[in-house]
Amino acid sequence: MGKLHVTTTVNGEPMEFLCEPYETMLDALRGQLGLTGSKEGCSSGDCGACSITLDDRLVCSCLMLAAEAEGHQIRTIEGLATGEKLHPLQQKFLEHAALQCGICTSGMLVASDALLKKNPDPTEEEVRFWLAGNLCRCTGYDKIVRAVMETAAEMREAAR
Amino acid sequence: MNVVNNKWIGQRTIRPDGVDKVTGRAAFAADTTMPGTIWGKVLRSPHPHARIKSINTAKAEALPGVKAVVTARDIVDFPIEKGAVMLGIQDMRWMCRNVMARDKALFPGHPVAAVAATTEAIAAEACKLIEVDYEVLPWAIEIDDALKDGAPILHEWNKFDGKPSNIMGRLESKKGDIAVGFKDADIIIERSFATRPVHQGYIEPHACLISVAADGKTTIWSSSQGQFMVRAMTSMLTGIPQSDIRAIPAEIGGGFGGKTIVYLEPLATLLAKKSGRPVKMVMTREEVMRATGPTSGSKSTVKIGAKKDGTIVAAHGAFYLQAGAFPGSPIRGAVGCSFAPYDIPHILSEGFDVCSNRSKVAAYRAPGAPIGAYAVECVLDELAEALKMDPLELRLKNAAKEGTKAAHGPVFPRIGYIETLEAAKNHPHYAAPLGKLQGRGVASGFWFNAGGESSAQVNITEDGNVVVTTGHPDIGGSRAGIANICAELLGIDYKRVSVIIGDTQTVGFSNLTGGSRVLFASSMVVTQATDKIIATLRERAAKIWEIDPEAVKWEDGAAHPVSPNAGEFKPLTLADLAEKAPSQGGPIGASVQLNTQGAEGGFGTHICDVEVDVDLGIIRVIRYTAVQDVGRAIHPSYVEGQLQGGVAQGIGWALNEEYIYNKDGKVDNPGFLDYRMPVCSDLPMIDCALVEVPNPKHPQGVKGVGEVPLVPVMAAVANAVNNALGKRFYSLPMSPPKVSEALDAPTQQAAE
Amino acid sequence: MVQMRSGLVRPGLIVDIKKIGEMTEITETADGGFRVGAAVSGMELSEHPRFGKVWPGVLEAVNLIGSKQVQGRASAGGNLCNGSPAGDSVPAMIAAGAVVTVQGPSGRREIKVEDVPAGPGRTNLKSGEILVSFTLPPRPAGSGDAYLRMIPRTEMDIAVVGIGVSLTLKDGVCTAARVGLGAVAPTALLVEPAGQALIGSRLDDAALEAAAAACRAACRPIDDKRGTVAYRIKTAGVLLKRTAAIAAKRAGGH
Repeated sequence: MGKLHVTTTVNGEPMEFLCEPYETMLDALRGQLGLTGSKEGCSSGDCGACSITLDDRLVCSCLMLAAEAEGHQIRTIEGLATGEKLHPLQQKFLEHAALQCGICTSGMLVASDALLKKNPDPTEEEVRFWLAGNLCRCTGYDKIVRAVMETAAEMREAAR
Repeated sequence: MNVVNNKWIGQRTIRPDGVDKVTGRAAFAADTTMPGTIWGKVLRSPHPHARIKSINTAKAEALPGVKAVVTARDIVDFPIEKGAVMLGIQDMRWMCRNVMARDKALFPGHPVAAVAATTEAIAAEACKLIEVDYEVLPWAIEIDDALKDGAPILHEWNKFDGKPSNIMGRLESKKGDIAVGFKDADIIIERSFATRPVHQGYIEPHACLISVAADGKTTIWSSSQGQFMVRAMTSMLTGIPQSDIRAIPAEIGGGFGGKTIVYLEPLATLLAKKSGRPVKMVMTREEVMRATGPTSGSKSTVKIGAKKDGTIVAAHGAFYLQAGAFPGSPIRGAVGCSFAPYDIPHILSEGFDVCSNRSKVAAYRAPGAPIGAYAVECVLDELAEALKMDPLELRLKNAAKEGTKAAHGPVFPRIGYIETLEAAKNHPHYAAPLGKLQGRGVASGFWFNAGGESSAQVNITEDGNVVVTTGHPDIGGSRAGIANICAELLGIDYKRVSVIIGDTQTVGFSNLTGGSRVLFASSMVVTQATDKIIATLRERAAKIWEIDPEAVKWEDGAAHPVSPNAGEFKPLTLADLAEKAPSQGGPIGASVQLNTQGAEGGFGTHICDVEVDVDLGIIRVIRYTAVQDVGRAIHPSYVEGQLQGGVAQGIGWALNEEYIYNKDGKVDNPGFLDYRMPVCSDLPMIDCALVEVPNPKHPQGVKGVGEVPLVPVMAAVANAVNNALGKRFYSLPMSPPKVSEALDAPTQQAAE
Repeated sequence: MVQMRSGLVRPGLIVDIKKIGEMTEITETADGGFRVGAAVSGMELSEHPRFGKVWPGVLEAVNLIGSKQVQGRASAGGNLCNGSPAGDSVPAMIAAGAVVTVQGPSGRREIKVEDVPAGPGRTNLKSGEILVSFTLPPRPAGSGDAYLRMIPRTEMDIAVVGIGVSLTLKDGVCTAARVGLGAVAPTALLVEPAGQALIGSRLDDAALEAAAAACRAACRPIDDKRGTVAYRIKTAGVLLKRTAAIAAKRAGGH
């Protein structure tokens, strides 16, 4: 079986790549597409460091075949900021020191963004359960949860 | 103390590397490639214990796409009989055998060969074509199995008490005479405890990218807790001189001690050298779990004697720690730290280093100390219960303070242990009401903290800003702390200070990011370098003004005359002096290299509340407060982060994390699904109370903070569970099946 | 995917079946039941305006398959075909009395969910057959369902025990009940005696204990890294009572 030609949209830009049928979306992103912000921590969908969205749905890119991107919209951490302007979540993660080593941060931010799009006013419990698929070994999650809650509050305020 | 005001120290500034990390731009170990990169893979032993009779790599080498194969023959040997060759705390005799098995494979996952090929798939295929003739040997993993009569011996040359043994060494700390001490005791409590091996659990697997030019010049791109350690170990294991190896520290995705030794770098270097191509190697999570260092499983017995009024008169601890395949379990931490918070006249603390057929341990956050503290702090809880004393009062009554001589040697200077106990006692958490099936526990902990070698360069840019280069990889935000300190000293906005981590060929030797040393040591060298720069700036201003340098002071980012008597001059800012530098003596910069001293130990006291689902045996931590003497919180958010992260790891260790082995001696849970680290929904917010008793031996009062917060946790959780259930657990983890079984067991009256 | 990545399976051909309409649709049948495509993800199911109101237990179960990231992809169909005795959606589907439609080279057939698994990692689907959809029966008034599982953490684990209970109450008396039990035997089980124990009762302590005992008796578990035999058996009884209580509360709310 030869390589597949995939036409897709990544962070709003049309992109094309070739992939093996068994290649994961994470491999394609980190390899050919050069988008190494998504991280590989486990390859089994247990750590969430490779989180991206597929047509606005949060997925682990290690559990998605690259070929499945055909015709769909992919968003990664590289697409979260708008030009030089950080997304409010990114800014709040910095202010709250919601990262230490930073390896889980891309996935945390992508997952948090997906949460706030679906639920702009989450409770602490909702944030914690939503982010349960994103492992962080450094922070004990405290500052991450606070950063997400506070971002949500400020975004709600800004939207009024 | 250099610091007179506090404009930046103590501020929650944005870390210098922050934007890169929230936008996905930061380059970690696996994020880089070089033109012509090929892939390396490791063939690993499937057996827990086997003699390697022969290895035939011919078929693998013949596979199209394979560019190089290496085995132990290619690694520099450090013969056992020639004695120890130490690099820090690591003996290269074990290190050379750990990166690649020589005569014997000692654990499932032990590397036996490595291959580089044009694709990952070909490299994996080639590994399967390597023929290894194993003589499978009996094996032992658990401490009891490794110590019993007739146990398979991993290292036949080793003798303990005159007999071949898996006990590779014994260490003791002693003070007074416990036989005398226990005679004075009104009450003695002796208990035995067990803990399971647990992994550091960093999310970034080990990875490296290495190229070796035809002339031997080597570039290593990898994430580790010490690029200088990577350089030295790779040099020693490959024979390439250190001057030819440039080890570049990638951003590191967590280490917790586990990245203080090498696994892949020597192999990739040899593969790159043989193939003439850059070689990239990335471990899978399974490889990380099977072959990289967890910390020890343990068995310990602790005996404490006290007077009726709570005065502790004697203590004895015996700690058996699994080292894994090679000697080197963290018995020093268990032996030295466990009793350190207490002023006890008679102490004997012994540690035994036990080899068994599992991966060699690597450091894990206060190595050994949490294991010892779990036992000691649980016995203290029982003692308090038996004496009907508040557990914090018992600790206060016996707390170490300035002048106390610790069993492991030092006489404590001004320390903040008592302050942590007082802060815990006065914390609203300690008085908060508890509900049904809830319980509260407390525990304390100590860690040595380290100083050691550190280097820094501080350079003033032509436009009058600052670049600081240090040599310690930043895992938890240390660059932010350095920027705060440098900005404070220079009196400039911290955004004008850029902090980077240099590679081995551009900054002076700096020891590992470990031992809670980084901010302590690097702020010391950065302070000295900055002071030198300030002296230069004052001299230059003095020269321009034609006054004495002593008549110039540095304040708010500019040179000023010390008083109107010195003359009336417009202040010269850092930018002014940088601009004038070419005509005033040239570039402005300073570098300092030190073996830093005076890193005093750190103490913490924790309060934990749990709730137990007694039908299912599930324990949840519902509230947690960590109190710690942090010396001086240069960047409070990252100090709190250390406390919160340590607590989370300890809760995992206490409740669910453990290595589980199958009947074939292999790890049965080598992934994040069944190696159960806490997820976000498992934990409550983790409150921090920072007690600041400045370290008198440090210019800013800094003490190491990273490791202490793991030390008390397991005991705090276990004591809380006892408080909730009236039932003690003497082994970890307190996982649901174990808790349920204990709750269902017929109540046995514990004989005193 | 995970098995492929780790080299456990080496497919010769990978076919994306998620673009087949019937497999990705949720439809309400004429008699008031639901047909759920086998590839409908948990997130899609949760976004359906009616499904979660009628089958809250099934929905909960499908959305316990992995993290939010996984719920965006994972389906009850995949969960069932994976053949794991611990799949979360399976006991809930069994309790619901769901039937699957299977398409093979020689036509279609229908199989009860409890008859699909054949053992760990194995199903009774024949070579060439694919799972098309689940059909859930219409709900009489006074019905409710629930699913609970025991895991060591709060999320991200494989069930040590999972129980689905579906029941119907009339004037406080249980008129119909089905209990599905997972992770305690080579396949997920329909525990008929547990349902029988509840039927005719007012879900009093004696009836619940009898149903719990039936669940314990049905267990044929193993000791493994996730739990012991004794723990699984005990937990099956505890969870039966808790799950039945939730289902009953929901039934009363209709």
